[in-house]
Amino acid sequence: MTDNAVEAHGLVKEFGDVKALNGIDLVVPRGSVVGLLGPNGSGKTTTVRILATLLKATSGSAKVAGFDVRKQADDVRRSIGLTGQYAAVDEFLTGRENLRMFGGLYHLDANYVKTRSDELLEKFDLTDAANRPAKTYSGGMRRRLDLAASLIAKPGILFLDEPTTGLDPRSRIGLWNVITELVAEGTTVLLTTQYLDEADQLADDIVVIDHGRVIAHGTSGQLKDQIGGDRLEIVVQDEDQAASAITALAPLVSGEATIDGTHYSAPVAGGSPVLIEAVRALDSAGVGVADIGLRRPTLDDVFLSLTGHSAEEDQVPERPEPAERSRRGGRR
Amino acid sequence: MSAPAIQAQRPLLGWTVHDAVIIARATIAASFRVPEALFFQLIQPVIFVLLFAYVFGGAIPIPGAEPGTEADASLYRQYLMPGIFGQTVAFAAASSTVGLAEAMQRGIIDRYRALPMSQPAVLLGNTMANALRQILVLTVLSITGYIVGWRINDGIWNAILAYLLLLLFAYTVTWVGAFVGLSVPNTETANTAGLIWIFPLTFLSNAFVPLNALPGWLQWFAAFNPISSLVQATRELFGNPTGAPTDFWTLNNAALYTVISCVVVIAIFAPLAVRKYRTAASK
Repeated sequence: MTDNAVEAHGLVKEFGDVKALNGIDLVVPRGSVVGLLGPNGSGKTTTVRILATLLKATSGSAKVAGFDVRKQADDVRRSIGLTGQYAAVDEFLTGRENLRMFGGLYHLDANYVKTRSDELLEKFDLTDAANRPAKTYSGGMRRRLDLAASLIAKPGILFLDEPTTGLDPRSRIGLWNVITELVAEGTTVLLTTQYLDEADQLADDIVVIDHGRVIAHGTSGQLKDQIGGDRLEIVVQDEDQAASAITALAPLVSGEATIDGTHYSAPVAGGSPVLIEAVRALDSAGVGVADIGLRRPTLDDVFLSLTGHSAEEDQVPERPEPAERSRRGGRR
Repeated sequence: MSAPAIQAQRPLLGWTVHDAVIIARATIAASFRVPEALFFQLIQPVIFVLLFAYVFGGAIPIPGAEPGTEADASLYRQYLMPGIFGQTVAFAAASSTVGLAEAMQRGIIDRYRALPMSQPAVLLGNTMANALRQILVLTVLSITGYIVGWRINDGIWNAILAYLLLLLFAYTVTWVGAFVGLSVPNTETANTAGLIWIFPLTFLSNAFVPLNALPGWLQWFAAFNPISSLVQATRELFGNPTGAPTDFWTLNNAALYTVISCVVVIAIFAPLAVRKYRTAASK
């Protein structure tokens, strides 16, 4: 066995005249979490579908768990779990029946499936709902059941295609916790997402794709460093004091400061201590401060600087804003 | 990670049968979880029985009784029931159409396709389930028929043969239904496309009116319509009136022609549906 759970080289996929993938290279080391990040239509799902043997690539090659996706599809299927964009469970069957059905279709031992189903229901907090039809489940519960179904055969590799799209903030964080636990147990995860914070939160390595090409690759930190470090962001109380703020802070900043009304922004180096110095400098200059903070660049900034367009500009605004705000705030 | 998953022993009949049974069981179980849907599925043919028996019945003459008399009406009900049986099992196709279109739209087919299971088993199981469900439908219908005066007049063994023929026909049309369900773009289309070909097919037959009541060219179509031969054969097997005799080989050898039609249709549509499944699911 190789050390890589997934290895793809030059994947190209054409649908008629449309080139959905334009030569994707991708490596997912065993035991890691790689986030495939890109806007709608960038080729994320197509990539996952090829790796999960649902689609055949027009050209290029890929190995999953050491098996060729084209020639050894059944071996690949035995090694992976796939959770797609929909909660693909039978609505009319109960949670438990769903798990047992999928266990049977993985050709697992019946007694093993029984034990494993109960174990998964317990783990995903579905024991109380186990005997209810899945259509009575909330969105978050369905996704958890869906994820449980892909774990019934204990696959070493998990493909999660936009696992939290359309979920409310609480369910979303719940699902993140579940995924984090699986990773801690040694599961390799390839995750696609259009939510930058999701990739930031879960992935060791992020592959940014756009128009069927990989346009950047690295850890979240590396990608952020590509576009520069922290920025000092201040809102002064009085617009007239903005000029004094620029003068007072000039020795601290590492580049050009900008002013937009009462909003001051400038790149800084040196992390949090700069914040204290800035407060002191403004205080002695007599500038009233309404808000002050150090802002780390987000992946959104990275995406904007890499592609010239925002990651989320064309999408339906389904994302749970409040949770995201509070989490980002926490890391400032 | 903890102990690995334990694989099952390969069953005697192979994985395809094993997987198809799992799918069929799930499909049947699912249909009992929506009692309302099941109720309406059962009530529809019952309404047809009542409509035809009491509304149209008097207007359709069956040889052997004075038109307009009570004997004529009773004869028509005997004549009608096999027609309703035939029409009802033809509608089994729609269940496969809608079921598979939904499974496709919901991503369940994707999930099956990412499993190390037998892929044709998905369709085998679905068609099997929808045909088997007709046992319940036929039971309810037979009881309704009994109430309005329909009788099994030619012994239990012939009756069993008639029911088996009906189930074979149901299984056959579910393959056509499966092919349609995998060909339509969404469930909304499936709801109409699933039915649109069944209605004319059932009415352009001898199910409700004797063949000689149809205009000449339609008689030809109806004579070769397997629903006609199915209905003719079940009328004979139940010992119900068959209407005036015709010169068509298909109706004079109704059971044989029905079985041949079923075999031919399955031989054409099963591979088509399986191919559609492989390509449609990989969009």
